[in-house]
Parts: sequence; C-alpha cells; structure tokens
Amino acid sequence: MSVLVDENTRVVVQGITGGEGKFHTEQMMEYGTNVVAGAVPGRGGQEVAGVPVYDTVDRAARAEDANAAVVFVPPAFAGDALFEALDAPLDLVVAITEGIPTQDMSKVYRKLRETDTHLVGPNCPGVITPGVAKLGILPGNIFSDGNVGLVSRSGTLTYQVVDNLTERGLGQTTAIGIGGDPIIGTDFVDALEMFEDDEETHAVVMCGEIGGEDEEEAARFIGGNMDTPVVGFIAGRTAPPGKRMGHAGAIVSGSGTGTAESKISALENAGVPVGDTPEEVAGHVEDLL
Amino acid sequence: MKLHEYQAKEAFADAGIPTPASRLAGTVDEAVAAAEDIGYPVAIKAQVQVGGRGKAGGIELADDEGEARDAAESILGMDLKGYHVDRVLVEEAVDFVNELYVGVTMDRGEGRPVAMVSTRGGVNIEEVAAEDPDAIAREHIDPAFGMHPYQARKAVYDAGVDREVAGDVASVLTTLYDLWAAKDGSDAEINPLMVTADGDVIAADAVMNIDDDALFRHPDLAEMQDEAAEDDLEAKANEYGFDYVRLDGNVGIIGNGAGLVMTTLDLVDHYGGSPANFLDIGGGAKAERVTNALDMVFSDENVDAVVFNIFGGITRGDEVARGINEALEAFDEIPKRVVVRLAGTNAEEGMEILNTDLVTVEATLEAAVQRAVEYAEEDSQ
Repeated sequence: MSVLVDENTRVVVQGITGGEGKFHTEQMMEYGTNVVAGAVPGRGGQEVAGVPVYDTVDRAARAEDANAAVVFVPPAFAGDALFEALDAPLDLVVAITEGIPTQDMSKVYRKLRETDTHLVGPNCPGVITPGVAKLGILPGNIFSDGNVGLVSRSGTLTYQVVDNLTERGLGQTTAIGIGGDPIIGTDFVDALEMFEDDEETHAVVMCGEIGGEDEEEAARFIGGNMDTPVVGFIAGRTAPPGKRMGHAGAIVSGSGTGTAESKISALENAGVPVGDTPEEVAGHVEDLL
Repeated sequence: MKLHEYQAKEAFADAGIPTPASRLAGTVDEAVAAAEDIGYPVAIKAQVQVGGRGKAGGIELADDEGEARDAAESILGMDLKGYHVDRVLVEEAVDFVNELYVGVTMDRGEGRPVAMVSTRGGVNIEEVAAEDPDAIAREHIDPAFGMHPYQARKAVYDAGVDREVAGDVASVLTTLYDLWAAKDGSDAEINPLMVTADGDVIAADAVMNIDDDALFRHPDLAEMQDEAAEDDLEAKANEYGFDYVRLDGNVGIIGNGAGLVMTTLDLVDHYGGSPANFLDIGGGAKAERVTNALDMVFSDENVDAVVFNIFGGITRGDEVARGINEALEAFDEIPKRVVVRLAGTNAEEGMEILNTDLVTVEATLEAAVQRAVEYAEEDSQ
C-alpha cells in the first residue's frame, strides 16, 4: 500500500513543453509513472516524449482519464495553473514551481478548501511511491520500497534522509515533499494522518526546519492521534535569530516559537525521538522497527 | 523587500491614508530648509530599515532652526544598529491625544490575510502581542472577496477604539488592506496611527514589506530596492541571486536547497567546527552559478576551508562538477581547500568529470563535513 500515489495514478503534466517539464516527464516515465497527457495553453495537438499535449487541463483530463497533475508552470502563471487543476477536478495536484507569490497561494488555498483534491507543494520535490510512480523531480534511484513513510518540508534534505534510510535497508512506502513555502497544500498533519491510516507504513520520518509553527502543531497531533511511531529531524539549529535562511520561509521570529529548540522539544515531549544528524534519524527508525 | 518609511508613506498618502507633511533630506542644510518649509515643531527621522529607531537615537524632535540643525547633524552619518544613515525624513510633529496600531499581514497558519487593530499603539507591538494577545483585535480576510467594510468596523470596535474616530480608523484599515493586496505586501503597518485633539487620524509611521516573489508584478517597487545598506558580501550575493547569510565561523558552506544547507551548517557545528556562511545555490544550478558560489565564499577572509554539498534532484551533478572545475582551474593556487560531496541526479557522471587534483571528494555528508572541519582547523593554525 501507499498514500496519495499508486498504480492507478494517471498524470497530466502542466508545463510539459518547458525545459524542466520535458526533462522530468521523461524521468517520471522512465521510473514507471503513468504520464498520460500534457497541458499547455496554445500547444494542443503537439506531443512531448510521446505524450499528447492539450490546451487545457480539463481537455487532457477528460480525453486521457487523468486523475493527477504535476505542475512545472513558471511562478507568474502557476497560481492560475493551480486553479485550473483544482477546477478539473483531480484527486492529486503536485506543484513543483518555486517562487509563487504568497497572495496567489492564499487564493489557491481558499479554493482548495472547497475541493476534495490533495494539493502537495508548491516549491516541493513531489511525491514518490518507490517502485510504482513518482510525481515530481525526486531522483528515483535513491528510493527503495518498504514500510517507512517520509514527510519533509525540504527537497534536498528528503533525499539525504532517504539515502541514509535506504543504505540501512529501510525502504519507504511513500515519500512526500510538502515544500517550505509559507502557504502549502498538504501539511505535516495531513501527511501524518494518511500514514497513520496506511497499514503498510510501520514508521514515519518527519523532517522539519526552523520557521513557522507547523512542527509544533504536528507534535500535538502525534501526541494525541498516532500509534505509528514517528522519528523527527529539524534543520536549522545553528541559524541565527532573525535571519532568513533561504527562500524556504525559514525565519526565526525571536518570539520563542519557530526555533529549532522549540520544535525539537515539542516533538520530544510527544514521544518522538529527534536525530541530531540524518544518519542518527535512520538509526532511530531501525531501532523502532 | 522592505520599503523605507518615506517610500511607504508616499504609497499610503497616494492611497488616501492621511500622513503628516514631510520631506526627505540628504544633508544638514537640506534638512533645515525642509523644517523651515514645513514649520516647527518637526521630527527628524533616520531612514534606515531597522526597528526601534527612536530608542537608538535615530529620531529627534526640533522646535527651532538650531535644534533642527543639531538633530540633523547628529543623525545624518550615524551608525544605527549596523546601518549607515545617509537620509532623514523631516516631518511635521503631530500633537496627539492617542496612539493606535493598525496592521495587515499574512497568517501563514491560516493561509489567509489578517487585519489587526490595537489601542496600544506607539510601542513594540510584538511585545504587546506576546504578553497580552487580547489587546489586539484580529479579523481574518477571505482573499477572494477582500476586506469588507463591516470587518474593519468589527475589528475597530473590538479593539475598543473611541467611537468618535472609529469610522476614520476603519476607513484607514480597509485602505491599508486594499493597498497591501494591490502591492503584494507581506506586512503593512501603521504604528502609531495618531489621534489628534481635533479627532483626526494621521499615520505617523509607515511600514510596508513586499513579497519578493511578486516583485515581477511591481517594477516600480522593484526599482526602489536599496542595496547600499547591506553587507558587502550580502550585496554580492544579491547580485548573483543567491540566498546567502554571513556567519562568524571559518567553514564555508555551499549547497543546494535551504533544508540541506541548514543541515550542513548544523553538522559542521555538530562535528566541532563553526559555519562561516549559509549559501544556497538553489535548484537547477548550472556551471556558472557554481563558479559564482565559490567566488563568494573565497571572498570571505574568515573562511579557512569549504564544504560543497550537492544532492541533485532538479540540480544535475555533472553541471555542478563542471562548474567546480571551471572555477578552480582559473586559480594558479586555490585559496582554500575544498571538500566536495555529490549525490543524486547525474552524480556518477559528475564524479567522473570532477578534477580530483583540485578538490577532496568524500562519499557521504558526514565524512565531507568532518573533513572540512579538519581542514579548517589545520589552516587556521
């Protein structure tokens, strides 16, 4: 079993004619993902990597029976592309695009609440169910299938932790990169809830970082609702207060919440072991299984 | 991007929010002339983007020409919390009976905007929020509809604003929200919004931060970006388009993705070293970006060794390796030892390309960080 993605996932790629869209469509298909269509305004009738392109998501979804979208549309147009995907409607939308204006995402988020669609991202590496399908830009070769669920705010950190897990023979059910932007679709709690309900997932790794209060909220959820064991990791222990570490919305407010210490202690209080290094995280998972 | 107070005030005034008469001045003589025109008393305010200017001596009142000259002389050229003051705003001093706070920001937890009003204006509002959250009335806004007038009235009455000025304050708040929405603001604040004895409301300060990701929609605002006040290296990083933060250690760090770079910093600390910087080259980096990144880190004289940590997804290892070679081959003698760890997309191709005469290669993150910490220790002695 897996969450969000399985062998029935039929994908339309929005922005398939762009450089990244084309490259990663090929990578996704090589991995086994069922990419059935592309959608780019004005490019209907073309083909990319053997996949038919449609002018609208609606046409692509109807013609090819698609139920998921991966969005590689540039930031200025990505908000509109997300509305289009949510309106199709689809079960799952994965937004890879980085740098979408926050007010655009606020409107998308409002629309999202009126739908049954799962939105993952934006500014995320995507979702992968090893051996079945990947929707996004994750390097498939480092993943292996198994019974560890993974949810992370950071793309490259996801890869690092997966590498450490795979090295120890700890395969994954599904890995979800939720993205580090201020406003995202699927958050830690949504992902943890899905993993809790998935019988194949026997442990979950949650990778957070400084900024915001999502990890603290996840800790409250874990403490009150989860039987599946969770192992945590928090990036940014050495970040100085008040400095913005990258585009990830990782800023420590100085008001006590949002710091690495606050997140680590919230998780530890909820019974979640927190690794000091990605290597230690894998060690904790091994101990729990 | 932060606007200066004078830029934000101009935007507020254009939108119809009452502001005091004011003029920008770059010299003492200009400041005095502006004060004479506006009429005493005036406030002379340093135009630097830091909070707490008043306490730090960056704001002074002047009742006559002599005081205006003294104030301008002491503020212009001063170093305020690390920022050089080269401009002051000379402003009509408003006689007030009350100081309010109004603000609009994005509530990231809720995913929607929130408008705030408090009668505890004129002080550090974060402190008020921390010790007495109920002192701030909050109203969440549906971004699809914008702020309805009734919502502004509700916030203003909830905050306990005097009935005589409630209508005007509500009107300032809806205008502020509309401006925030139109300009892709991240925060917009007036603290204090002064209430005069005659019952007028006037924005005595103005804060407006714009979402950097939305600047493409606002070329007029993007032009206002003021890089002069930044650290030299941080200004260089801006030019290259890197996310960069200078720290006080001696291990230079370059990586891709904020989370992984932060983790690399944490590991340097974990293994007894001290990070010199945070540098995220971002996703999909090509060779030239890698060359620029090394140039940045080598320009920091505190750096004794560099760790280059790339886990490719959208970034490809062969591109990165090519960039590292190009950057290092340009030197007769490479200024600092560089440790490289490449994994993920096209990492194998990258390892084949990488010129190992120029760098030390390590297979794992832990090994790479430990090696860089060792090098930094050796080279700092």
